[in-house]
Amino acid sequence: MDPRLVTAIVVVVGVPAVLIGYIVLTEQVLRLFPERLKPKVRPWLWLAPALTFLLVWLIYPTIGTAIRSFQNSAGTKFVGFDNFVYVFTNPAMQGALKNNAIWLVLLTALAVGLGLLIAVLVDRVRYEPVAKSFIFLPLAISMVAASVIWQFMFAYRPPGEPQIGTLNAIAGAFGAGPVPWLTVSELSFNTILLVVVMAWMWTGFCMVIISAALKGINPELIEAARVDGANEWQVFRGIIFPLLLPTLAVVSTTIIITALKAFDIVYVMTNGNFDTEVIANRMYKEMFVNGSFGRASAIAIVLLLAIVPVMAMNIRRFRAQEAIR
Amino acid sequence: MATVSFEHVTKRYGEVTAVDDLTLDIVDGEFMVFVGPSGCGKTTSLRMIAGLEDITAGLLRIGDRVVNDVAPKDRDIAMVFQSYALYPHMTVRDNLAFGLKLRKVPKTEIDKRVADAAQILDLGKYLDRKPKELSGGQRQRVALGRAIVREPAVFLMDEPLSNLDAKLRVQTRAEILRLHQRLQTTMVYVTHDQTEAMTMGTRIAVMSDGKLQQVGPPQELYDTPVNKFVAGFIGSPAMNFIEVATVAAGDGVRLEGPGVTLPVPDRLRQAIGTAAGRSLVAGFRPEHFTIGGEIGATAKFAATADVVEYLGNEELIHATVAGRDIVALLSSEHRVKPGDAMDLQVPLEKVHLFDPESDLSLAFQAAS
Repeated sequence: MDPRLVTAIVVVVGVPAVLIGYIVLTEQVLRLFPERLKPKVRPWLWLAPALTFLLVWLIYPTIGTAIRSFQNSAGTKFVGFDNFVYVFTNPAMQGALKNNAIWLVLLTALAVGLGLLIAVLVDRVRYEPVAKSFIFLPLAISMVAASVIWQFMFAYRPPGEPQIGTLNAIAGAFGAGPVPWLTVSELSFNTILLVVVMAWMWTGFCMVIISAALKGINPELIEAARVDGANEWQVFRGIIFPLLLPTLAVVSTTIIITALKAFDIVYVMTNGNFDTEVIANRMYKEMFVNGSFGRASAIAIVLLLAIVPVMAMNIRRFRAQEAIR
Repeated sequence: MATVSFEHVTKRYGEVTAVDDLTLDIVDGEFMVFVGPSGCGKTTSLRMIAGLEDITAGLLRIGDRVVNDVAPKDRDIAMVFQSYALYPHMTVRDNLAFGLKLRKVPKTEIDKRVADAAQILDLGKYLDRKPKELSGGQRQRVALGRAIVREPAVFLMDEPLSNLDAKLRVQTRAEILRLHQRLQTTMVYVTHDQTEAMTMGTRIAVMSDGKLQQVGPPQELYDTPVNKFVAGFIGSPAMNFIEVATVAAGDGVRLEGPGVTLPVPDRLRQAIGTAAGRSLVAGFRPEHFTIGGEIGATAKFAATADVVEYLGNEELIHATVAGRDIVALLSSEHRVKPGDAMDLQVPLEKVHLFDPESDLSLAFQAAS
């Protein structure tokens, strides 16, 4: 018999059987408890499989990473805070931290700002679905493909040779010499260009979420504000924007986390050269190029700690919203 | 304070005509009610006054000013929406003050007006709450308050009571009337509920299919509806309609239908004419039926009681006259039981007659 068929049968029959078996088992186990404890125990038994998965594939590795971050490269000896000292004092790491800060601020501002602007503007036109589709499209492209596309935008050939890059073609049309865009590190110019690539991909995501929230605003509210004497800007400032705030907070945290995790674009386009290094790229290099598990783990822990407050804010906001619902 | 006048105003959405050639003058300080079934154009008319809908053709004036192309914010109107449309992120106080802040009214003046409105509407305790923390009735009052503080020339209300329960609706109805008496400001009120229209309006504009059917004080619409639509729409329970035809009698005619005999009322003699065989629609209000006894010249019905709804001092009787359903409202002392044969009568002066072709009342055909 085809082994794939066996696998299929095991999956189709086995998975539901295990599930039902587990449910039957929980009820059997529950019989051992006195009646008044049952409602308290039952939810935990139901949650147990999910908690087990979380424990094995999330909590355990996290703890392992935390431990390794205090060990040497090979994981044979504890070295105290050496790895963390390295993270914050090594020049390459400092450059990466600075660049990630630029990523965080600029990507959030660009993607959320443009997403909001576009969502509000297209809300007023008839060709809204078409416009939104085009702006959303880049999100469907893989990061690597997007990087390749944008390498053609930024491509550089020495003066005298035909320029194949879109930006240099435009520059040439105005008589300006070709610019090696991705190597210009003054004022972090090339990092900003990389952020633009990411913003191009994520603006559509922000726009779609904000646009959905915008459609959820009762149109009578906007009419009421107009009758109350508001001009279009005042309607936006006084009514639409405050009502979008919870959504903007959610979208912003998503983008902040995306910015902190930025890796692919940098890896493909510059591989961190010309001062475009980011934390995730450093982590990758420490791990797979230098083979230093300790330093890579320390970087991972720093990233994790950076994301925690953002998540906490997000969760608190969500709870506050649930409370007034 | 202002008048509002429609001059041949039409509103079309593509092929659909929502409001068709509406001409209507709303007098300064009047409580005008737009009433009609859903889709009759009443809300569209109101929204045109507010400036929330473009006007396809015709002129709309508020006071002496043509406002066709004036933005809502410059029209000096305030509107109460069906959903109340309170700003959910603002406290009651900020909801009330929003319009005034936009108009750059001084802070002390805002505080005073908000306090006044809160006092009139009994909202003092709730000023620092968000709309979510209020009951339906309280939200409704905030919506009214937001309109009051603006001290506009015209109040517009779009079915403001439709989200309230029956008891609160009656209460708020009185509250709005009290408000109107106090402010003496022009109010335009949209409702689909004829009871609301009858109890609240100084005048009522009955609309159907985008056309104004009749406009007048409640009693005028009740006593002398111009057509079958107004006759059937105004009054509760609704008017009964029965087809009758002229039959030669002596030197004139009388009207007859299955189970109905009806001498020609003097005031309609000319309109009915003397030819036999003309068919007409006769209208009788349920509350004008009496049972038994002779009360002069009357329309007479041989009816059979079908279902009796006991209402306390009155009974609503669903009966059939030669197979057609009618509704009669009788004093409950008659103790009508299902299956009873009844001789019902309606005084001749309460009878309405309509032309079946045009649906117009013969009383108006005679006049015009």
